[in-house]
Amino acid sequence: MIALTDLTKRFGVLLAVDNVTFSVGKGQVLGFLGPNGAGKSTTMKMIAGFLEPSSGHARIAGFDITTSPVEVKKRIGYLPEGAPTYGDMTPASFLDFIAEIRGFDGAAKTTRVGEVVEKVRLKEVLNQSIDTLSKGYKRRVGLAQAILHDPDVLILDEPTDGLDPNQKHHVRALIREMAADKAIIVSTHILEEVEAVCSRAIIIAQGRIVADGSPEQLLARDPSHNAIIVRAAREHLSGVETALEGIGTISRINGNRPGQEDPVLLIAGNNDASIIARISDRIREKDLNVEEVYIEKGALDRVFRQITMDESPLEATDA
Amino acid sequence: MRNILIITRRELKSYFATPVAYVFIVIFLAMTGAFTFYIGNFFDRGRADLDAFFQFHPWLYLLLIPSISMRLWAEERKTGTIELLMTLPVTTAAAVIGKFLAAWGFAAIALALTFPMWITVNVLGNPDNGVIVASYIGSWLMAGAFLAIGSCVSAMTKNQVIAFIIAATVCFLFTMSGLDLVLNFFRLWAPGLLVETVASMSFLTHFRAVMNGVIDIRDLIFFASLITFWLFANVIVVDLKKSA
Repeated sequence: MIALTDLTKRFGVLLAVDNVTFSVGKGQVLGFLGPNGAGKSTTMKMIAGFLEPSSGHARIAGFDITTSPVEVKKRIGYLPEGAPTYGDMTPASFLDFIAEIRGFDGAAKTTRVGEVVEKVRLKEVLNQSIDTLSKGYKRRVGLAQAILHDPDVLILDEPTDGLDPNQKHHVRALIREMAADKAIIVSTHILEEVEAVCSRAIIIAQGRIVADGSPEQLLARDPSHNAIIVRAAREHLSGVETALEGIGTISRINGNRPGQEDPVLLIAGNNDASIIARISDRIREKDLNVEEVYIEKGALDRVFRQITMDESPLEATDA
Repeated sequence: MRNILIITRRELKSYFATPVAYVFIVIFLAMTGAFTFYIGNFFDRGRADLDAFFQFHPWLYLLLIPSISMRLWAEERKTGTIELLMTLPVTTAAAVIGKFLAAWGFAAIALALTFPMWITVNVLGNPDNGVIVASYIGSWLMAGAFLAIGSCVSAMTKNQVIAFIIAATVCFLFTMSGLDLVLNFFRLWAPGLLVETVASMSFLTHFRAVMNGVIDIRDLIFFASLITFWLFANVIVVDLKKSA
C-alpha cells in the first residue's frame, strides 16, 4: 500500500529526512516514533503530498506522489499535525465541504457525513463554529475529515495529542477497528500508544530509521527485557544479594516504580526462562526476606531513549 | 471544474461567516459615495453620467482590493489549513482559481451594491446606460487584475500585513505606470520600447478607455491576460513552496 524508497528531504543545508525506505501493507498499523525534529512530520507530509521529496519516491497503491499527486490524494486520509481546520466553519459545513471535494453528492454525502460524525462522536457540536470547540473536539473534526472517504491509506500525525484519557482510548479503539483493511501510519510521542495500537514500530532519529520491528521486538532490545527484579527492604538487600549469587548476573539498580525508589536487584539471565523458577526456589529454600519478585518486560521509552540518545539504559547504583 | 466551484463556494461562505465581508461592503459603499459626491462633484457637474463615480475606482481598489486578497493564501499558511487544502485531491490550479473566483465574486457583489448610483443618475437625467454598463464591466475586470496580483503576493508569505503592503505597492505601480511619475524613471535608462510597454501596462489608461464607453477588445485582452499571468504565477509560487 505504502512504499517509500530512499525518500529524502533537504531544507537548504538541513537534511530533514535521509534515505528513508520502508513499506506498509494492508492491515498494518505502523507507529512512527522519534524525538521532536527527527523528521516524522516531514516524512508524513511527503507521503500526503504536501511537500515534494528532494529525492527518492513515495508510492501509494501503485501511484507515485510526484507524478500522479491527485490519484494518491484520493486514496489517502491525512490528519496534519495540530489538526488544522477552517475555524470559521461549523463541523457540519466543514465535513460537507470535504465530502464534496472527495466526490460525494446528495444522499451519499449525507450518509457518509452522518456515519463519520457517529464514529468520532461529533453530534453535539455539529453546528457550533470550530473556533469555539475544545481541543479534543477540534482534533476529532480533523480525524473525521481524514477518515470520511474510507481511504485505503491513513496518515495520522499525532492523532491523540491533546485528548483526555477517555478520548485517547476511543481514538485508539477507532484506529484498531479500521486497521483490518487499511494501511495506517500513526506518529506519536506516547509510547504506550504504540503497544496499544501498532503492529509495527519505526523509530527515526535525525532523519534516519534507527529501529524497525514489532513492539515486542523493540522491547526485546531493552537489556532488562525478561530480567527478574527482586525487591527487598533496604536492610535485607545485601543478604538477599549474597543468597542469590550464582543465578544470572546480579546488579543493583534504582527502583523505578513510584514510591519505591529504593535500590532493587536486577538479575539478567539472558532470556533464560527457567531463571524465575530457580530464583523462587532459592528464596523458599533459604527463607529470604523478599517483598516482591517480578519479570521486567522492558519499557519502550527506555529502548527509545537508548536508541535515539545512546543513553545507557539502566544504570547500576553504587550501593 | 467541479472542485473549483466547491472551493469557490466554501471561500465565499467564509467571507460572510466573519464580519470581514460586511465591513468591507459598508466601507466600499461609503467611500464610493463620498468620493462621487464630494470630490467628484456629482451634482455640480450637471451631467447625467457616472464618470464622477467610476473615476475613483482605481484609487479605491488600490486600498481595498489588497485587503480582500491578503488573506487568500497567507491566512491558510498561518493557520496550517493549507496543509489540509493541498492534501485534498485537487490540483493547485483548481485551488488557485477557486479562491480567486470567490474573491472576484465578492468584488462583484460589492460593486453590484452600488446600484443606487445608477438609479439616481437615471432619475435625474438620461444617461448613456451603455457607457455605464461598459464602465461596470471595466471596473470589475480591473478589480480582477488587482485581485490576481494580490492573490499571488499572498501566496508568498504567511504574514497578511506584508501581503497587503506588497500587493498595494505592485497594484500602485500598475495603476500609475501610464503617468510620468513612473515613466520618467524608465525613460532615464530604458529603451523606448520598454518605456512604451510599461506605459501600456497602466490600469488607468485601459480603464479610462473602457469608461469612455468603448469596450475595445484590446482592453479586455489586457485585463484578461494580466489576470491569467498573475494566477499562473500564483500556481507556481504555491508549487514552489511545496518543494522548498
